[in-house]
Amino acid sequence: MKVYEIRDILDAEVICGEEFMDRDVFTACGSDMMSDVLAYVKEQAVLLSGLINPQVVRTAEMMDMQCIVFVRGKHPDESIIKLAESRDIVLMSTKHAMFASCGMLYEKGLRGGSLK
Amino acid sequence: MSSINLHFDVPGDDFTRAGEASGSVKKTLKDLGFGHDVVRKAVIALYEAEINLVIHAGGGQIDIEISPECISMVLTDHGPGIPDVALAMQEGYSTAPDNIRSLGFGAGMGLPNIKKYTDEMKIDTKVGEGTTMYLKVFNT
Repeated sequence: MKVYEIRDILDAEVICGEEFMDRDVFTACGSDMMSDVLAYVKEQAVLLSGLINPQVVRTAEMMDMQCIVFVRGKHPDESIIKLAESRDIVLMSTKHAMFASCGMLYEKGLRGGSLK
Repeated sequence: MSSINLHFDVPGDDFTRAGEASGSVKKTLKDLGFGHDVVRKAVIALYEAEINLVIHAGGGQIDIEISPECISMVLTDHGPGIPDVALAMQEGYSTAPDNIRSLGFGAGMGLPNIKKYTDEMKIDTKVGEGTTMYLKVFNT
């Protein structure tokens, strides 16, 4: 799935990384627990989270994740946006809740990665 | 390539900066041409360990030695130490306070994750004096 498809499916606002909309994303992970993300997620994934702090971006950076979607209309502050820009990570915000967001992407064919 | 040594002081009072050292090491390893999987293993383990320094130990030091064969990482702190290492290695066991959980960590996955992503892991710890963690990822 392309990043722009995620944007369209979730009716999301692109906060930064507009130039990376053509990237491919193969799996998705919805979590507010970054340690779980570090334990299980495969690369080239999109991370959906309701957590707003710099460690969400840093976790994505370590995992080579392409894109972060903040759910429930959450919006990161300027320092988080700058961090994501410096790492070429796309940030989006959707008004949908976590469960609904994951379901909408799943319905369109995006799957979670295998565990371990 | 001869060995490259890197040193980082990790502040213990600023959670927002946790991960800066790991991000810097990742960039260095990529610039040196290390393979994707090796870089990924090393930086995920280092990031978890760096987070631990901030959460549990009030900061510390990170020393990295990069050779063509191996990435060696030593994390030293003067925090409270780990009373029961075997217990701390169990998935789900955590002593992190609620405010850390609210930041996305403290699920008891840190040490198990570090072990999972490294080829060698050794912990020297003494209660009341601190902890030194030795990690190695081989360039296979």
